[in-house]
Amino acid sequence: MENEKVQISDEEILHIAKLARIKLGDNEIQDYKKNLEEILDFANIVNSVDTENIGETIGVNENYNRFRADVVTNKEMRDKLLQNAPSQDEGMFRIPKVIS
Amino acid sequence: MIRDDYEMVIGLEVHCELSTKTKIFCSCPTEFGGEPNTHCCPVCMAMPGTLPVLNEKVVEYAVKAGLATNCSISQNSKNDRKNYFYPDLPKAYQISQYDKPLCNHGHVSIETPEGEKDIRILRIHIEEDAGKLNHDEYGRGSFVDLNRAGVPLIEIVSEPDMRSAEEAESYMRKLKSILEYIEVSDCKMQEGSLRADVNVSVRKKGSTEFGTRTEMKNMNSFRSIVRGINYEAERQIELIENGEAVTQETLRWDDISGRTFSMRDKEDAQDYRYFPDPDLVAIKLSDEYIENIKKALPELPESRKKRYMEEMDLSEKAANFVTSSKYYSNIFDEATEKCNNPKAVSNWLMSDIAKVLNEREEEADKIPFSGKELGELIELIDKGTISNSIGKKVLNELFENPKAPSKIIEEKGWVQISDEGAIKEVVIKVLENNPQSVADYKAGKDKALGFLVGQAMKETRGKANPQMLNKMFIEELKK
Amino acid sequence: MNITDLTVHELIDLLDKKEITSQEIVKAYADRIDEKEKDVQAFVTVTTDDASKMAEKIDSEGRNGKFSGIPIGIKDNINIDGVKTTCSSRMLENFVSPYNATVIDKLHAEGLISLGKLNMDEFAMGGSTEHSYFHNTCNPWDLNKVPGGSSGGSAAAVAANLVPWALGSDTGGSIRQPASFCGIVGLKPTYGLVSRYGLVAFASSLDQIGPLTKDVTDSAMLLNLIAGYDEKDSTSVNIEKKDYTKALVKDVKGLKIAVPKEFLAEGVNEEVKNAILEAAETYKKLGATVEECSLDIGKEALAVYYIIACAEASSNLGRFDGIRYGYRAENFDNLREIYINSRTEGFGPEVKRRIILGTYVLSSGYYDAYYKKAQKVRTVIRDEYQRLFEKYDIILTPTSPTVAFGIGEKSNNPLEMYLADICTVPVNIAGVPGISIPAKLDSNGMPIGIQLIGKHFDEETLFRAAFTFEQEVKFRANNKPEFKK
Repeated sequence: MENEKVQISDEEILHIAKLARIKLGDNEIQDYKKNLEEILDFANIVNSVDTENIGETIGVNENYNRFRADVVTNKEMRDKLLQNAPSQDEGMFRIPKVIS
Repeated sequence: MIRDDYEMVIGLEVHCELSTKTKIFCSCPTEFGGEPNTHCCPVCMAMPGTLPVLNEKVVEYAVKAGLATNCSISQNSKNDRKNYFYPDLPKAYQISQYDKPLCNHGHVSIETPEGEKDIRILRIHIEEDAGKLNHDEYGRGSFVDLNRAGVPLIEIVSEPDMRSAEEAESYMRKLKSILEYIEVSDCKMQEGSLRADVNVSVRKKGSTEFGTRTEMKNMNSFRSIVRGINYEAERQIELIENGEAVTQETLRWDDISGRTFSMRDKEDAQDYRYFPDPDLVAIKLSDEYIENIKKALPELPESRKKRYMEEMDLSEKAANFVTSSKYYSNIFDEATEKCNNPKAVSNWLMSDIAKVLNEREEEADKIPFSGKELGELIELIDKGTISNSIGKKVLNELFENPKAPSKIIEEKGWVQISDEGAIKEVVIKVLENNPQSVADYKAGKDKALGFLVGQAMKETRGKANPQMLNKMFIEELKK
Repeated sequence: MNITDLTVHELIDLLDKKEITSQEIVKAYADRIDEKEKDVQAFVTVTTDDASKMAEKIDSEGRNGKFSGIPIGIKDNINIDGVKTTCSSRMLENFVSPYNATVIDKLHAEGLISLGKLNMDEFAMGGSTEHSYFHNTCNPWDLNKVPGGSSGGSAAAVAANLVPWALGSDTGGSIRQPASFCGIVGLKPTYGLVSRYGLVAFASSLDQIGPLTKDVTDSAMLLNLIAGYDEKDSTSVNIEKKDYTKALVKDVKGLKIAVPKEFLAEGVNEEVKNAILEAAETYKKLGATVEECSLDIGKEALAVYYIIACAEASSNLGRFDGIRYGYRAENFDNLREIYINSRTEGFGPEVKRRIILGTYVLSSGYYDAYYKKAQKVRTVIRDEYQRLFEKYDIILTPTSPTVAFGIGEKSNNPLEMYLADICTVPVNIAGVPGISIPAKLDSNGMPIGIQLIGKHFDEETLFRAAFTFEQEVKFRANNKPEFKK
């Protein structure tokens, strides 16, 4: 499997871009596809490493059970939180109508 | 009712908001209501650079729920990110649990016409709620309020073990009751703190294979769950009978039209790209931690039911009713302690109190008076201080303006007249005013006595002691 | 005396002796910025006016601690309340932060004064600062060369004396590599030592904030200020607070240093290689044991890095959706178009490339082959380091296989660009600390840095080894950036 080159179809790259909410122009598709294939070809090295009986690293240290006490400490700060809103009304973020 | 030759297969994913003081990953209040975006901070608003820290109570409450539903508790658990874009989801991912939920493989039992039935629970996991979109009727757009974003939820996923809308309702009621008993949620369905995604499929009876299922999202009343399931089952049967296929899809139940509608944007092929949240660390629960929570669990409905039947001699029906809600059960315990008449207490709960709630379309949590007050009311009747019919008036008063029943009857002047002199006065007055009835009685028409007693009651506005009235009329008429 | 030439510990001495005021320091830097910023372009936002007011206040009210009245520069992905945090992206061009990062709270509590926000590769993705939406930053040693990246603004500002020291962030080398390119000291602390709260996330499991300084002493002092457990960051580690300046002793006798041969193999510039070998000799001469060893994980670490970092980034950058803050496209007909147009126009090509790669490796059908596998290989790499550290105290490698390259010279082939991170990336994968210190200039007058790698939470040994080397080779005393045009 190591020697098999990664091949990505136009549909696939467009599907991924759609999932990421990014639009690729017609002239960008081939460029992004080629880069992605190249990097994935390289990244496939990981599949040559023997990881039998090896756990996944989740986080880089051995921390666990980091909990917070259930106490309200935050103060209202709406104006500050909304100061960067591209569009707002009555203390809420305004967006085009969403059909529920 | 659906056609005899089909059966339904129903599974529920119940979302329950936990009644912690703060959100799951930040120290904002979870309180319902409040001006839009005032229960928010940089963390729950997903400002760049902010990080989540898990609320310890959320883990505790989820473990409680797991233990109360007979789940095994995972000693190793973690949080995962579920990635998708929606305006009510500020990080563009929901922190949830994917392959290592806190609780696994439990069950609860429900009553069915065929007897008790176990509904299996696949898993319970913790996650964060989303915000709310408000829609403007003038078409100016939608408005995002993130007060609910980050409120802690548990999701309780059942196995597809229910076979009718009624079973699904019983299961949901049972879960609600358990969650209320263990005090991890206020379970207010109208506020959305308890809601269910309902999976429905149908199949020919006798078949062991599952049909294609549909999922109705966010059902938040028992009535709509029942209606939705029946509607959906019928719709699916009709499709199958017409030789069409059921499409696996997500639906929205519309309560007004009584129909389901397809929900998902066809353009959106969902791929949630779950992966462990690198901003959070593993959850490791010791035996001791789990054991301590187990020890602190309050008495659950099963055990209360047994106690009521064995120690208080309630019928199974009465015991089922009283334990169907923590609120009933707590009022029952309190009232019984006060008046020592468990049967009377259960009767009041099952008939008059349930009737009022029903008329008001409210649940037991809305009972405005205490068990002590109900107990006092029953005590007053038992002692003869008031009549049964006055007792019902006192109950109505308790619903309107709860206070001690003794105070109510004093203020309203509803104390039963048991003074012999006072009663005699009324009896003589009634006899004088109704010579015809007196004559009838003396002519052997016993019915006339009832009329006279009624007149005396009217005269005293129901307060005269009926036994004394009866006795005194007979004495006077003999004269 | 030229104030902006001084290290922070030298400034503190003068402040302590009252030979200088905070206002004089801030004024000197403001003047220096006025003079040199047009050549270097290290800043995104300059806040010297606010800094002057702060300095005035401190001078009039009196200093309340050792660092009170000392200026600092901050990489523009660290939030300061009321100041723009742009991440050098169009997406956040006008974003004014509503809160402070924990490190900023710590600095403010000590009376440090921010001079402004420093340029970087967009969202810290890149190694040359050429991916900034705003402008390139130039290397003070040769203005035609890149300062490295992604903390290129921080490194260039310190090297050009535009700030006395700076904070950067390091996900795969973003502090150490620009420090090396600019001839200064850059430390990536152990993962979990410094709170990430308020650092705009690139890759959560790899990011660390760290100091970029003129010398090792300043590095230890700045680490003292920012290190420590933070209840707002679940991944920060609760260990005993240390005074890293105590480790600043010129003594490496008995220290065991490993030089992995794979890090001096093909692809490493000859002059860089020689600098490492010379450094090894220097350490030997000073009494350390230096041995060649094998650490054959470079390419695997790089592969793991691009899978994990991009996967995490694709998720971390989802919040930039044009709804609550940040760039919102002008043209849209519906919600979907707000998302797509805002993100397509707001992110630069390198950021989009990594988001797409990250989305791909997490998508259904590929998760196990890439992400899950990479997490396991990550464990293997950590174990490899663990194994080496059973025998050695320090690992010595180049910081970068090359010195600073020309602006515009390298940004075409992403894979080639990624391979340049091969010396620094494995350190983030393992979560261990690494420091880059300047060793010498190459034949073109560009700085070469050496990288020292230590055990988890053993920054003290790193500082000791780095300090000893610095005192011996006296790079800073002998070399000054020339602003070559």
